[in-house]
Amino acid sequence: MGIQQVLFLLVLSVTAYLAYRHYHRVYKNIFLGKPKTINDRPSERWKNVLLVAFGQKKMFKNMIPAVFHLFIYIAFLFTQVELIEIIIDGIFGQHRIFSGVLGGWYTLLINLIEILSFLALVATFIFLYRRNLLKIPRFVKSELNGWPRLDANIILFGEILLVTGIFTMNGADGLLQKLDPGHYPDTGVLFLSNAFGEMFLTNMTQDSLMTLERAGWWLHFLVVCGFILYLPFSKHFHIFLAFPNVYFAKLRPRGEMENMPAIMNEVKNMFGLPVEAENNPDVEPNLDFGAKDIFDLSWKNILDAYSCTECGRCTAVCPANLTGKKLSPRKILMDIRDRATEVGKNIDSGDLTFFNGEKPDGTSDFYKKHYQDGKNLFDYISREEIHACTTCNACVEACPVLIDPLEPILELRRYEILSESAGPPDWVPMFTAMENGGSVWQMSDEREKWRTEI
Amino acid sequence: MSLKVNTMAEATAEGIKPEVLFWVGCAGSYDARAQKVTKAFASILEKCGVSFAILGNEEQCTGDPARRAGNEFVFQMLAIQNIQTLNMYEVKNIVTACPHCFNTLKNEYPALGGHYDVVHHTTFLQSLLDSGRLTIEGGAWKGKKITYHDSCYLGRVNDVYEAPRKLLESLEVELLEMKRCKTKGLCCGAGGAQMFKEDEPGDKRINIERAEEIVGMQVETVAANCPFCLTMLSDGMKAQDKQDDVMVYDISEMILQSNIISKQ
Repeated sequence: MGIQQVLFLLVLSVTAYLAYRHYHRVYKNIFLGKPKTINDRPSERWKNVLLVAFGQKKMFKNMIPAVFHLFIYIAFLFTQVELIEIIIDGIFGQHRIFSGVLGGWYTLLINLIEILSFLALVATFIFLYRRNLLKIPRFVKSELNGWPRLDANIILFGEILLVTGIFTMNGADGLLQKLDPGHYPDTGVLFLSNAFGEMFLTNMTQDSLMTLERAGWWLHFLVVCGFILYLPFSKHFHIFLAFPNVYFAKLRPRGEMENMPAIMNEVKNMFGLPVEAENNPDVEPNLDFGAKDIFDLSWKNILDAYSCTECGRCTAVCPANLTGKKLSPRKILMDIRDRATEVGKNIDSGDLTFFNGEKPDGTSDFYKKHYQDGKNLFDYISREEIHACTTCNACVEACPVLIDPLEPILELRRYEILSESAGPPDWVPMFTAMENGGSVWQMSDEREKWRTEI
Repeated sequence: MSLKVNTMAEATAEGIKPEVLFWVGCAGSYDARAQKVTKAFASILEKCGVSFAILGNEEQCTGDPARRAGNEFVFQMLAIQNIQTLNMYEVKNIVTACPHCFNTLKNEYPALGGHYDVVHHTTFLQSLLDSGRLTIEGGAWKGKKITYHDSCYLGRVNDVYEAPRKLLESLEVELLEMKRCKTKGLCCGAGGAQMFKEDEPGDKRINIERAEEIVGMQVETVAANCPFCLTMLSDGMKAQDKQDDVMVYDISEMILQSNIISKQ
């Protein structure tokens, strides 16, 4: 077994181990949210996955970014074949194992990957330009200051490295195929990398070419490993989470807010109406309504937050944000994610003071009851933000991966009104008028008076 | 013009089973501007020979603004009482000129035990047009440049984009679409109970942003489908001193202003 093989296996297993830990942590953080069963209408859900996630249907409402994003996405999908080859080669100490198996198809496939990689590279530079020079409004909002902006650029630079790896490796390989056909099996003509090799690498010795080929190969592999480990800390996690997120997205009418059976049943009791048992699933006699922290949101709301890639299409169409209010739907998602991450970290620290000394049993219910660190979601999201929402659903419509920024905003409002009896003072007369007079305004006239005036 | 509008109580007492219940809503009942829409729509129904009734004083707010403000208790109290009333009269079909009432009745009452066939008045008018019960001669509106403001709760929330446009087409207007229309329609600023509170601090009111876009369209009228949009857009025009240049109308008012061929 060669030294490269040993190194490869070492890097691969360390990456796999660390990836398991990081990914599992995000998984646990998502399920800090309230349990919620989402298993209805599977065929519609798969259709959404096909059209919206795989097909990127909603991206195409905005053509320019859609096309460039598509380059990177398809390049990503196809490069997986090359990655699988790299892994097999790496483990078994082989070189281009697929070339023998696939023959002419291999030439076609690698050409395709190279063309897509080149297009992805073009897209990457355009994205860097759009973010850093063109300063598209949604990319320069204040919630992106600091880490989020750096995160976006890191990924784009990573993309450049990946493509560089592919072309270095394939370019050197093409020349080596002529110098040492015994060790470098014929891949057929690879238009882009052969041209790259002819242009830049022809004066190199065979030894340097061999080193360069290895360098490209390792660069590509190491950047992929880095990517895998980086994703759970990055907005780029959407490349995986977009799929389950679209699958579990709300299918009921957009205009239907989640019913609150506990309150419905209390009101029905008040009016002496029968309460159906099946409408009354394990409702606890607790007076904490709405959401003040991630435990009160559903796991889907938290999955939404981790699926968000901070593209800001929601914020760009938010009427409140457009007119200078503090609300930004994207920030709401980022805050939920950051809070979930913070809570997850504290829980993993093993410090029992976060649970008043109680021993956690790992259920979201336990954490909801016992977790405390002196903070909650309102330390991230201000009242001013949630009060500015017009519930117009523009953010919901805009999201390419079917995130629902509106639901958590409304859950926070519910907490404020129902559990704290707080909220905008202007609303008090409206509530009073509704409760006492059955109308949004306090009126002295009869409701049907207009009909006498026609 | 005199028109007798029955309440469900009166209709029931007379043994009449109206084909549709006209849900008027708070704005339609009390707001001076929205009342005009209520009356216009009732007049069209009358002219088309549609038998309808209202709940009158038995109608209460659907609870929409309370629910969206976060006050589920008030919402449930009103919704459950309304459902009791509607079920008592065995109401099957509801039409309303308010997209917020429409959304709540259609999408939120079922979970509470209220199952009705609910349509917005633009959809209802379109079906009258399709079935030949309503015939419009463009006349007053022919060739006029107008734009159409999609309300959030009719458009984006409930995907009703075509019915209002078909009606405008039948008026033979020249419809100029705004850049932010249909799924991209910009909110008037009233939804989510914003209508009933001061704005949060910002650079501009949302209705001004929208009204400026409308003024930029160089039209003489903007057609709307929601009582709250009417208020917001009218205020937006006034703020720019354009209230005499760009008229803000509900589609039913525009229809009434044209020549309706009466079926009676």
